[in-house]
Amino acid sequence: MSRVVVVTSGKGGVGKTTTSASFSTGLALKGYKVAVIDFDVGLRNLDLIMGCERRVVYDFVNVVQGEASLQQALIKDKRVPNLYILAASQTRDKDALTLEGVEKVIEDLKEAGFDYIVCDSPAGIEKGAQLALYFADEALIVTNPEVSSVRDSDRILGILQAKSKRAENGDAPIVEHLVLTRYNPARVETGEMLSVEDVIDLLSVKLLGAIPESEDVLNASNAGSPVVLDENSAAAQAYNDVVDRFLGEEIEHRFLTVEKKGLFKKLFGK
Amino acid sequence: MALLDYLIGQRKKKSANVAKDRLQILLAHERSERNTPDYLPKMREEILAVISKYVDIDQDKLQISVDEADGFEVLELNLVLPENH
Ligand SMILES: Nc1ncnc2c1ncn2[C@@H]1O[C@H](COP(=O)(O)OP(=O)(O)OP(=O)(O)O)[C@@H](O)[C@H]1O
Ligand SMILES: [Mg+2]
Repeated sequence: MSRVVVVTSGKGGVGKTTTSASFSTGLALKGYKVAVIDFDVGLRNLDLIMGCERRVVYDFVNVVQGEASLQQALIKDKRVPNLYILAASQTRDKDALTLEGVEKVIEDLKEAGFDYIVCDSPAGIEKGAQLALYFADEALIVTNPEVSSVRDSDRILGILQAKSKRAENGDAPIVEHLVLTRYNPARVETGEMLSVEDVIDLLSVKLLGAIPESEDVLNASNAGSPVVLDENSAAAQAYNDVVDRFLGEEIEHRFLTVEKKGLFKKLFGK
Repeated sequence: MALLDYLIGQRKKKSANVAKDRLQILLAHERSERNTPDYLPKMREEILAVISKYVDIDQDKLQISVDEADGFEVLELNLVLPENH
């Protein structure tokens, strides 16, 4: 049985593409066959983060419009077996995607034996974002601990619950998971940043994981290698936990507090 | 210095608490709006069309809302008629 997972947020720039790249890579590392689709038509970025930008010949829009086959457009990841990327178009606009076209691609991917189809949503709550979430079975709500991001996440939750295929058909609702990114425990401890508990409270969504604010994320995107592959990085470990929890493992949450050394420095050092 | 900042920070209300309070109010409000049925705008138009057949009214003099009172859902229609119709 394949599952469609949308990575969405409403607000832009909160870490959807970073999360899509690491989450799909993590799932593939577990042995699942994974396709990750960039829905951000006109602003293709997932290919850069995954490091396959020079291998894009055909894209998602080409497939939807029948100009290329799915097999031609799927880019096989060079590092991780069973991982495939479907790039967004860089030249077309958002109207190039149709509901029927997207449905066909997703159905074909299911038929081709993909276990997980990860949809990297564009920002906003308009057509592009709605198409990305329409066929979802599960959703990763990517949120920063910050007022506008929380508010926009709540908007997108409303859309998941009302305008998805599952909602329209009256099927079991989309399973919602909170992924809190760019978390800074030091600022939470000084009372300047909303805590995980605050955000869970406000959105009433179960926490899948908190990803700490980390310099490794920028380094990873510079290199075109999803941060989850940078084994020594806290962000990578946090994304690995996200994947494990998503697959049903019960793991204690990490990276929610400042390390002891950090606290000492905060109180007595400059 | 850091210690001093920390102690001063204790006294005034933490900005994260302010953020949470504001969001709680805002999200409650936005969620209640989200739950109004989406046929309302269309129904409003149609009701207006019917009324306009008999009375010459101003478009924005008709207010429609769905409220909850004592466990019942109440459809509220509010129309101000012009002076000499
Ligand atoms: N945990 C993190 N720590 C530090 N920086 C991060 C983290 N997660 C994301 N970023 C940075 O935030 C920026 C936006 O990330 P990303 O492109 O993944 O967001 P997005 O939600 O996909 O944006 P858009 O809405 O434009 O598609 C990038 O510069 C990325 O490197
Ligand atoms: Mg993105």
